[in-house]
Amino acid sequence: MARQGRDGARRTTLATPWWALACAALVACDGPPDRTPTLGNADAARGRQLVADKGCVACHTFPDVKWPRGGLGPSLEDFGRQGLIAGRLPNQPGVLMQFIRNAPALVPGTAMPATPMSDQEATDVTAYLLTLKSR
Amino acid sequence: MSQPTSSRSSLAESLSGWPPPVLDPHGPFSNTVTTLAWVLIALVTLIFVLVCAAMWVALYGSDELRAKLGGERVVRWFGLIIPAGVLFLLLAWGTTMVAGMTTIKGDELRMRVSGNIYWWRVSYLDSAGKEILADANELHIPVGRPVVVDMVSEDVIHSFWVPKLGGKMDMIPGRTNRLKLQADKPGSYGGQCAEFCGGAHSLMGFVVVAHPAADWQRWLDTRRAVAPVADLGVEALRGRQLFSEVGCAACHRVAGTSAQGLSGPDLTHVGSRRSLGAGILPNNRGTLIGWIGDSQSIKPNNRMPAYRSLPAAELNALAAYMESLR
Repeated sequence: MARQGRDGARRTTLATPWWALACAALVACDGPPDRTPTLGNADAARGRQLVADKGCVACHTFPDVKWPRGGLGPSLEDFGRQGLIAGRLPNQPGVLMQFIRNAPALVPGTAMPATPMSDQEATDVTAYLLTLKSR
Repeated sequence: MSQPTSSRSSLAESLSGWPPPVLDPHGPFSNTVTTLAWVLIALVTLIFVLVCAAMWVALYGSDELRAKLGGERVVRWFGLIIPAGVLFLLLAWGTTMVAGMTTIKGDELRMRVSGNIYWWRVSYLDSAGKEILADANELHIPVGRPVVVDMVSEDVIHSFWVPKLGGKMDMIPGRTNRLKLQADKPGSYGGQCAEFCGGAHSLMGFVVVAHPAADWQRWLDTRRAVAPVADLGVEALRGRQLFSEVGCAACHRVAGTSAQGLSGPDLTHVGSRRSLGAGILPNNRGTLIGWIGDSQSIKPNNRMPAYRSLPAAELNALAAYMESLR
């Protein structure tokens, strides 16, 4: 009996840190919190139109734009799966939104110029870029 | 679909939208084309209905009617006399109506557009036909006044077409055709090469900008005046130096500088153009960089090589210089 009780006690003491670890693991799955503006009101279709209207297509290739298929800058055909922007910045909505409006401020020396855009336009283009994933 | 924005390239504007540009005239000469189109559509619809009715009679009509339909009289009238008459009247009416689109009175403004492999050379002429101002890919006209445009080609056959302002006119090497354009309202009107001229034919666009008459005269006087050397920033100055160093000046002309190349578009006022690459891209820093660095990916087989040897700073400098040429 005493032995049994001792076993039970040991079990409970072991169980507590195991649960804590499981919870920690679950939280870790979400990655570091992304404190960025939400893309809730974004319109990816409008973003696609803007990519043509602003002339992004002069340097970048997009999967659903037939022409022009600019070759000076990197192809964005799989951009939504890409980890880094310009090989330097985390590919997160907030960062991307700043980068498309003012690339030289974030990546000095880049040939990609600052492009004037309203908040809504930047949100739409960001949403569109993040949809670009090849199957 | 979202509404086209002002930065949208003329090419997209000239070929899309509702009503289709061909049925949306903005001047007397395009109005002629549209009237002709509607009359033809109406006539053809009438004939279609008549043929359907005849078919119905042939299949389900009474014996008497079917005998009449198969008789010699019907064949003589509906197969010969009426079609010949209608076609003759249509030809006479069409020819008289369309004649107004090319008759030249002599007091019109004169301009010239020369087709080149995937771009257009533009010249403003005096009454004697001498060039007074050179430009490319964009034609500025006054509202409410007919303009006679000489159509020539410097290589293959092209066709000039600004659907909202006038008819379509071929540009044939060794020949000068004439087309009249007129806009009733100020605005930008998109155009497009309408004769297959090579791989990037569909990327050969054009813009006509119509100004109120007084504004147009002012615009012309400013353009013709000797441009004062603009205060260039450091970047644009570096760009001007690079323009001759990397070879741009061999093909492009910038009035008032040593750059006097004539085989490519005149860049004296490139910074003020509404589009880039002959009506296919908005004109801004980014598209300038993209075009200079790799125009071949944008418009395959155009005659400008891709300058992939230029680093980002030099591309930016050249683009800044282009932006300063207003």
